[in-house]
Amino acid sequence: MNSTLALPSAEEEIWRYSRIGDLDMSQFTPGTVRTVVSHGDAFASTQSRAGVAMKTPADVFAEMNLASGVETTFVLPKGVYSDEVIEVTHYVETDGIVAFPRLVIDTEGDGEITVVERFISSDSIRSLICPVLEIRASAGATVNYVGINQLGLRTWMIAHQQTAGYRDSNTRLNTVALGGDYARVRAEARLVESGANAQQLALYFASGTQMHDFRTLQRHEAPRTYSDLLFKGAIGGSARSVYTGLIRIEKNAAKSEAFQTNRNLTLGAGAWAESVPNLEIETNEVKCSHASTVGSIDEDQRFYLESRGIPPEVAERLVVFGFFKDVLDRLPRRVDTADLEAQIAEKLRLEGDLS
Amino acid sequence: MSTLKIEGLCAEVAGKEILRGINLTVNSGEVHAIMGPNGAGKSTLSAVIMGKPGYTVTAGSVTLDGVDILALPTWKRATAGLHLVMQYPTEVPGVHVDEMLTEALSARGRSSADLASRISSEAGRINFDAELVSRALNVDLSGGEKKRNETLQLGVLEPKIAILDELDSGLDIDALRDCARRVEAATHENNLGVLAITHYVRLLEELKPDVVHILAAGRIVKTAGPELADELERDGYAAFV
Repeated sequence: MNSTLALPSAEEEIWRYSRIGDLDMSQFTPGTVRTVVSHGDAFASTQSRAGVAMKTPADVFAEMNLASGVETTFVLPKGVYSDEVIEVTHYVETDGIVAFPRLVIDTEGDGEITVVERFISSDSIRSLICPVLEIRASAGATVNYVGINQLGLRTWMIAHQQTAGYRDSNTRLNTVALGGDYARVRAEARLVESGANAQQLALYFASGTQMHDFRTLQRHEAPRTYSDLLFKGAIGGSARSVYTGLIRIEKNAAKSEAFQTNRNLTLGAGAWAESVPNLEIETNEVKCSHASTVGSIDEDQRFYLESRGIPPEVAERLVVFGFFKDVLDRLPRRVDTADLEAQIAEKLRLEGDLS
Repeated sequence: MSTLKIEGLCAEVAGKEILRGINLTVNSGEVHAIMGPNGAGKSTLSAVIMGKPGYTVTAGSVTLDGVDILALPTWKRATAGLHLVMQYPTEVPGVHVDEMLTEALSARGRSSADLASRISSEAGRINFDAELVSRALNVDLSGGEKKRNETLQLGVLEPKIAILDELDSGLDIDALRDCARRVEAATHENNLGVLAITHYVRLLEELKPDVVHILAAGRIVKTAGPELADELERDGYAAFV
């Protein structure tokens, strides 16, 4: 990869606390991931719909994705309500590559579509994946998306997600991050017509030396729009996490409601989490709230469970799963979360072995 | 037959001595009431027996059937047969009583195959709404519901000795009667030994004590039969502080 490429720096607010300074693009050559799609035939399109939500690339990574990315496109026709879960799985199988997969979910009217996108690599793969997701939820459409990061411990991810919600649409943008070395998701939900609703949910668990980095935006551009964000993370070992989120209510977005909650549970003395919520409100008639916490497992909860005869490592597992429960419960009901729960349990077990 | 034996127990919190030499023996099937004014050390005693962080034992011993309880971590004190019913049961978001009891039984090497029916039969015995059982532990429960939940756990786990830390605080008369009767029944059905820490006599109307101790300023200052509770009800603690 061209090493003269102008990369952003951690001096920029949107990259603050990130590991962008560690990134050396000359280590990577352009490559592709192996993408497997199932249950998607009915909606797959060969025509690119790039740009339906991301009008201009948000940064150099999104720009490179637009220039050379490989797109998977689904278009939901008007009036179709699909029960099936479309699975898109990207396998990063080559060491030393940078790859730019792109997923575009477009809708042409009311209807419902559910897509689960997984990112998978083995622990030996030192590659960089820069995915882009675009979702356009047209009037009356419901789009359910779950992005699942199950990357290996040496793979980097720098992801962009942008959604645009039109009149009375529902956009459900869900993320589960368990893998990666440095894994970043910049998720921006725009509510462009009245009645649009966006729900952003995330569960992340960084352990060992992993770092999970989230930048979110809830941008209300029309009256009576609604957004709700809940990001919950556990941070173990000497892992790090960053959450910075902005609720922006534009002048003409009166009577809108926006909520933002980020909660972080640190599992060890070496774990570090940063949480920075922000509000920018240009009009008066709105209902907004934000909350953010970083803390370790409550000692009283631990004592309560142990006083019932539960060993410390089991008590910790119960508390962490209890902490994640409201996120897991709110993931689209047809999405099977059993393998994610097993992976969380395995990460907790390793966490216990190390401490 | 089990015996919880406390000898010469001294303990401090943040460098301040709270317990100053407690001697007490509770056998299976016996109900001991520990009464005393606020600040006497009643809750400290239950916390120290169960190993709550923040308390330091400076002298004395606690044994259960000869096993040194103070040398064990909290969870092993529980699996050894002690059970603490907390004054203020902690909320544990997202964790349900059946998940918790499954792990608690597993740690005791016991099966949870019949757990659902055990829970529903225990809930029925204390008029605990089955819907509430499915909520996260102590989250959005009233004072009475929390104590019913604590009592339900005691019923399922069948400890040898139960320590009730102010079971009677924060609950209505009906809940108090249901919980106290269930514990009383366990003393007959399971030969449960009980150390009931309380400020008020009303608990003891349903849970009949064999022995009443008065704890004041970190020491047991008087031990007598159930008539002592009546005396306290009439005259208060003034004579003992």
